[in-house]
Amino acid sequence: MPNVLSKLMWLVIALLGASAIASIATHRGESINALWFIAAAVCTYLIAYRFYSAWICAKVLVLDETRATPAERFNNGRDYIPTNKWVAFGHHFAAIAGPGPLIGPTLAMQFGYLPGTLWILAGSVLGGCVQDMVIMFCSTRRDGRSLGQMAKDELGAIGGWAAMIGALMIIIILIAVLGLVIVKAMKHSPWATATVLGTIPVAMLIGIYMRGIRPGRVLEGSLIGIALLLFCVWGGSYVNGSEALKSYFDWNDMQCAWFVMIYGFAAAALPVWLLLAPRDYLSTFLKLGVVFMLAAAIIVLSPTVKMPALTQFIDGTGPIFSGTLFPFVFITIACGAISGFHSLVSSGTTPKLLANEKEIRMIGYGSMALESFVAIMAVVAATVMEPGVYFAINSPAGVVGKEAADAVAKITSWGYPVTVDQMSVLASEMGEKTLFARTGGAPSLAVGMATIFSSTFGGKLLDMWYHFAIMFEVLFILTTLDAGTRVGRFMLQDLLRHVSPALGNVSSYPATVLASFVFVAAWGYFLVQGVQDPLGGVNILWPLFGISNQLLAGIALTVATGIIIKMGKVRFSWVTGLPLTWLAIVCTSAAVEKVFSSNPKVGFLAGANKLAADLASGVLPPDKVASAPALILGQRIDAVLAMLFAIILWIVILDMLRMSIRFLNGKPVMPLSESPHTQTQLAWARD
Amino acid sequence: MRDDLRKLWDFMREVTGDDAYERYLERHRRTHPDVTPLTEKEFFASEQERKWDGINRCC
Repeated sequence: MPNVLSKLMWLVIALLGASAIASIATHRGESINALWFIAAAVCTYLIAYRFYSAWICAKVLVLDETRATPAERFNNGRDYIPTNKWVAFGHHFAAIAGPGPLIGPTLAMQFGYLPGTLWILAGSVLGGCVQDMVIMFCSTRRDGRSLGQMAKDELGAIGGWAAMIGALMIIIILIAVLGLVIVKAMKHSPWATATVLGTIPVAMLIGIYMRGIRPGRVLEGSLIGIALLLFCVWGGSYVNGSEALKSYFDWNDMQCAWFVMIYGFAAAALPVWLLLAPRDYLSTFLKLGVVFMLAAAIIVLSPTVKMPALTQFIDGTGPIFSGTLFPFVFITIACGAISGFHSLVSSGTTPKLLANEKEIRMIGYGSMALESFVAIMAVVAATVMEPGVYFAINSPAGVVGKEAADAVAKITSWGYPVTVDQMSVLASEMGEKTLFARTGGAPSLAVGMATIFSSTFGGKLLDMWYHFAIMFEVLFILTTLDAGTRVGRFMLQDLLRHVSPALGNVSSYPATVLASFVFVAAWGYFLVQGVQDPLGGVNILWPLFGISNQLLAGIALTVATGIIIKMGKVRFSWVTGLPLTWLAIVCTSAAVEKVFSSNPKVGFLAGANKLAADLASGVLPPDKVASAPALILGQRIDAVLAMLFAIILWIVILDMLRMSIRFLNGKPVMPLSESPHTQTQLAWARD
Repeated sequence: MRDDLRKLWDFMREVTGDDAYERYLERHRRTHPDVTPLTEKEFFASEQERKWDGINRCC
């Protein structure tokens, strides 16, 4: 009887999910309730988790609960430590959940809600979740080794180098684009700037508290820190209200960019306990809290989605970023559906915590499903506001014009009515001077969140909620920024070791400072380029980030496919091979378009050539002349990078295919580097 | 009810690493009781260094 009941329940979930997706997909004209998005997402994840992930674990990976995990075999009470599965889930989710799934989907809504939503759902359950889970499995079977090491062991030196360069590049571009998001949220906003600055001494105070005053009291330290952060939001409003203080915090783009770079350098060069570690505790707490609060608020409020299913911008003329629906919706969503960066956490870090192989399914597949759900919430937050307002906040001045009247006229002419009054009322409600041309996704997400929170939890206080949301976004972007700079510095020193052992010495302070400086200069270069770009910078940097992220996912899926084939399961190799094929198509088309498109808004080379021609013929306005040569060079460098990404991906894929063909023909290949089976001694593993 | 709250509290402490030092001491007593364990301050300091040596935050 329970069997029948369970079948009936899954049938209901399947039907509910199918009808939710159908109503999202076929809905035209009138507005649609956001609950349909939540229902479609939850049912998709449940069905995929229950059936697809279970099938992969049973048939392809053949998880073995009697096999001792690296955590058990190498238990040192530190990094290798068998951990309760919910605790391990918490750690893994906190590590993979970053700002990407909030920003990417927000930007992708310029195509309408439908393409992005479908890709977030399909891409995660068939691609992202599978990647995270299979890589976690491979690493667990290999003593918790990193992706780069596995690529080297399974594919050879070429694969290893490609994974290492891919990882280094993605971090540089990622930090630059995240820095740009912060710059656009802080510029000419004394409230946001003062709040963000306030979070730095708060983090240091908590660092000192956890280090010296009450060592290791993480919970109490974090709670005090969060109270102080909320005080910073209030303090920002005080600054904003005072004419005397206000001017000190009213910074332009370049000043904000310098702040981000100096901050990144300081955070990488200072000891971790002072700034990086305490702020990470605060941002993790805040992130989990806000995610759950947002989910609850959306369910309680059940807001109406006002964005159409598709907009005319699928033809590539979008104001937020240029490029057609294919391939750019996939490149833009990136982390919300499949994120290459996750493979760096799924290998190396999390496998050392697993008490039993069986838990790979929940922790690997389940965490990514939850991450994808965060992306769906970002979709809801971006689409419940009036489309005209969404475009007014996110469109750069270079596209819609500097004057408010020009911008609203242009956006209204696209069919998304918005007025100057509406925008200035909204800006003053949010406690800002203006919300026009705040590209980067964070401000529009904050407007969406502030609206949802203030209507759900009562009270007006829109300005407080808005700056709380900005503080929350910036806080955990800064965590990724420092953690990335630190990791990038290690990777750089690892490379420099081959040149000079002194430079590669991670415990030498001068070498550390030098490597931090070089690494910050590398991402700072792209950040400044983004700030100077008249099209808002997002148009250049976000696609580059998306391509590098999908490149890393491609490398991870290639390693996984190679391993599945060498395990003698070539008939199941489509499990990772299919998402890999799709990513290779998307990544290559996007790279080719970004490099060779003759449209100067899309192609880097065409963009550089047009700017060079304008500069030579003297049609550029005088304020643009100074930055033009740097932008021209920058776009050419971007072109080289995009091409390099596509080439690296194909080298790795071809290397894997060569090895697989040899293997299938019975010729010798590098053997599977799986460690031998050891019987587990943990009693609770067999319950 | 009290037991559930207790469990929730213990879970919170474990997931945040609040009880990491207690776990370390417990394991230390079990595996090599003859060696002097680190003090809480030393332990926490070295844990933070270790934790931030690798990649543990994504985009």
